Amino acid sequence: MTVDVKVEIHDGSRWQHVCSYDDLIPGRGVAVLLDGDQVAVFRDRAGTLYAVDNRDPFSGTYVLSRGILGSRGDTPTVASPMYKQVFDLRDGRCLDEETAPDGGRAVLRVWPVRGSQHAPVEAGSRA
Amino acid sequence: MTTHHRPKDVILVGHGMVGQRFLEALVEQPGAADWRVTVLAEEPRPAYDRVQLTSWFSGRTAEELSLCPPGFLAEHGIELRLGDPVAAVDRAARTVTTRAGHTLSYDALVLATGSYPFVPPVPGHDADGCHVYRTIEDLEAIRAGAEGARVGAVVGGGLLGLEAAGALRAMGLDTHVVEFAPRLMALQIDEGGGALLRRKIEELGVTVHTGAGTQRVETTADGRVRAMALSDGRELAADLVVFSAGIRPRDQLARDCGLPVGERGGIVVDEHCRTEDPHVWAVGECALAADGRVYGLVAPGYAMAETAARALAGLPGGFTGADTSTKLKLLGVDVASFGDPHGTAEGALEVLYSDSRSGVYKKLVIGRDGALLGGVLVGDTEAYGVLRPLAIGGKPLQVAPEQLVLPAGFAPGGPVALPDDAVVCSCHNVSKAAIRSAVADQGCGSVAEVKKCTKAGTGCGSCVKLLGTIVTEELEAAGVSVDTGLCEHFAHTRSELYEIVRFKGLTSFSELLARHGTGEGCDVCKPAVASIFASLGNGHILDGEQAALQDTNDHFLANLQRNGSYSVVPRIPGGEITPEGLITIGEIARDYGLYTKITGGQRIDLFGASVDQLPPIWQRLVDAGFESGHAYGKSLRTVKSCVGETWCRYGVQDSVGLAIELELRYRGLRSPHKLKSAVSGCARECAEAQSKDFGIIATSTGWNLHVGGNGGMTPRHADLLAADLDRETLIRTIDRFLMFYIRTADRLERTAAWLERLDGGLEHLRAVVLDDSLGICAELDELMDRHIGSYQDEWAATLADPDRLRRFASFVNAPGTPDPAVTFVPERGQIRPARPGEDGHLLTLVSGPRLEVRTA
Repeated sequence: MTVDVKVEIHDGSRWQHVCSYDDLIPGRGVAVLLDGDQVAVFRDRAGTLYAVDNRDPFSGTYVLSRGILGSRGDTPTVASPMYKQVFDLRDGRCLDEETAPDGGRAVLRVWPVRGSQHAPVEAGSRA
Repeated sequence: MTTHHRPKDVILVGHGMVGQRFLEALVEQPGAADWRVTVLAEEPRPAYDRVQLTSWFSGRTAEELSLCPPGFLAEHGIELRLGDPVAAVDRAARTVTTRAGHTLSYDALVLATGSYPFVPPVPGHDADGCHVYRTIEDLEAIRAGAEGARVGAVVGGGLLGLEAAGALRAMGLDTHVVEFAPRLMALQIDEGGGALLRRKIEELGVTVHTGAGTQRVETTADGRVRAMALSDGRELAADLVVFSAGIRPRDQLARDCGLPVGERGGIVVDEHCRTEDPHVWAVGECALAADGRVYGLVAPGYAMAETAARALAGLPGGFTGADTSTKLKLLGVDVASFGDPHGTAEGALEVLYSDSRSGVYKKLVIGRDGALLGGVLVGDTEAYGVLRPLAIGGKPLQVAPEQLVLPAGFAPGGPVALPDDAVVCSCHNVSKAAIRSAVADQGCGSVAEVKKCTKAGTGCGSCVKLLGTIVTEELEAAGVSVDTGLCEHFAHTRSELYEIVRFKGLTSFSELLARHGTGEGCDVCKPAVASIFASLGNGHILDGEQAALQDTNDHFLANLQRNGSYSVVPRIPGGEITPEGLITIGEIARDYGLYTKITGGQRIDLFGASVDQLPPIWQRLVDAGFESGHAYGKSLRTVKSCVGETWCRYGVQDSVGLAIELELRYRGLRSPHKLKSAVSGCARECAEAQSKDFGIIATSTGWNLHVGGNGGMTPRHADLLAADLDRETLIRTIDRFLMFYIRTADRLERTAAWLERLDGGLEHLRAVVLDDSLGICAELDELMDRHIGSYQDEWAATLADPDRLRRFASFVNAPGTPDPAVTFVPERGQIRPARPGEDGHLLTLVSGPRLEVRTA
């Protein structure tokens, strides 16, 4: 039996449906438009969902959704496809460099994300 | 001090290997700018590698043998006059006069006139058909002479004689070696080693006559060589004779101007390589060194060149003798001799290991105090790198000597420790301590850096393996982990993972990670494993779990550009394209408003596409008969070609036809890094094949295959792997070369770096792909057949599958909406990415045939 699990992101005021859980390939991401914001949504091999800014602070391009997921120690990560900096998917922190070229801190905004059908799948938990 | 002084004139007589080294050493000395250097040379070309002379027969050109880097002379203001040797020296006036009659004055005169081949003064020695083996011109004469000849005889069974014999054999002559001494290579090796060497060489079809002198060269009525009369009364029919019976110092100039020479020749010099005249030096084979010896090897010659250069600069240093150890491959047989191979010291003992069945002979000479004095290795010279420094060090051995000669597996204990003062690189006289210091004190972190810093391993290269061991040991001692693993998730190298995947037949990353790795993987191991799967023929790269492993380029089958857009490169095999093809590409680029540029690989790159645009663009390309160019993959890119004999006045083969055949054969082949190739239709090399991973150059009779070339950041001239191949052999050899590379290279290691690192280098590669020394050619062939049989155009296959196509969406919840951050501005009639702060425009998904490009 297949259950259509909806992936939802909390935009600060409400949960918005952005795609279906089956749209996500384990270990890869997709980009979604959320009221003008670009968000990268990922599903890891275990089924956990993550949502971070799609903008790569090092290149200024909106490409993080096309990065490769992985781990560094116990930290779940995504690597930017542009210049390969690695980010912690849980808090958006860059693990390679603290500062972006524009002088700002190299931290991605993290969005609450869940899979919802019968039982919602919270960020950081298994589907 | 602001004294204005005139430059001092240095005249170097002779531009051989040692002469060139002298120049290189001189320009590095402090105050080198004060010297004005003129080189007067007899030969018609600048210094070339005489040690590798024989490789000229297997296709290496005189240019490739050259030791004088382009621009070197000009950069240092050195004047080189070729073909005009010095005829006389006037020491009182401090001038030299050349054969052409020019007179030049000097402040310092450096004689590097080398040596001449000794030809025994037997009757008929100068008959038509008699040759010597010393210069490229000699080799040209031998090749010309061999064309009409059937039997060749080499007089002299030393190192050079055996090389000459190999060359004659390779040219199809019935070949004989006549050696006066009772064994081959009498200088370097002992009786036991000589016997084994003889057997191995006779197995190759060369007939060896030892203990036989040449009494007479018999000639025909018209003065051509017909036979040789030997001292044992036999007559040996031969129509080509090569004299290789040793060399003699060319010291005539010194004799004529009254400089002292040795009893058996050689210009007498002191430890600074200075002659009796304080303004005259002599280096290399023409000199009789301070220890009373004339050295006929290149390493001591180099040491003398450096000594003389330092002496000219007023720096200390001296040459009082050198190690004459040698390691070489003669006619495919490994031979090495080091230290005192004959055990002449009093009380010296021998430790012997001999196995006639496997053709290995090893002898060590041990002194009374237990020190290693020297030895001979035939058939297996693996231990040379460790033994030679031990013998030169002269300290008592820390291990039982038999441990040093027993085959691996029989010898107890671990690796042998070298003392710090052991000379590891004798070409550049670099000790183990200097190498350790380069790592520990100067921060070198790899063999390549140590080579650059100390020059160790950059001469003959025989110490590179030992160098690697020492560098690794030192790094480990310093706490630097020399982890060869791919990343934190796999402790294996790429080639180890390749073997695991191949042997266990794994097709899933999860399974590989679960059984052989840890964690989740990363952007290093995932694409590397994806490439291994693809190399082994694992179906479409976007199928199943593989899709998640691909780098973004492979994932979208296009190349990510700096603003997040992609570029598209259709395959144009060999760079040949019809007008219709050009028009199709032009129409697509125009309709989508793409920026177009011709690539270095003779293709057309279309820039500025969004992920949504990639499928419709490719649909049109595929419909017009184009297929993926794999510009996005670590795989074969292009096989570039010149126009070849079809059109070109100079072409000798159809380079375009071959390039297309090769590109279609290897298209889509995933490898550790990208692969580039080219085919040139003649020796003019317009396709620049020697800068490619594999490059092919037409000859009048076939194709020369060069491998390991590279342009880019660290350019490398490709090495000639094989010459004059027919088409079928050429293709089979490339098949094997590529598959062997794919199997053994590290992640992102181009063929150039791989070949530099490969144990045994080019010789080993030749043995593997041409002689099947590892017995893996059948496997390599099968892997290539499988690749060719299972090739499919990735883009056509993607377009045919709605599941794969679903991924080409800019936003999963708003497909077709262009990324608002990707904007362009016009430039020179096309688009380019807008820079930060520039007000660019979006490219819409499906634009009409006239995308507006404002050029205002």
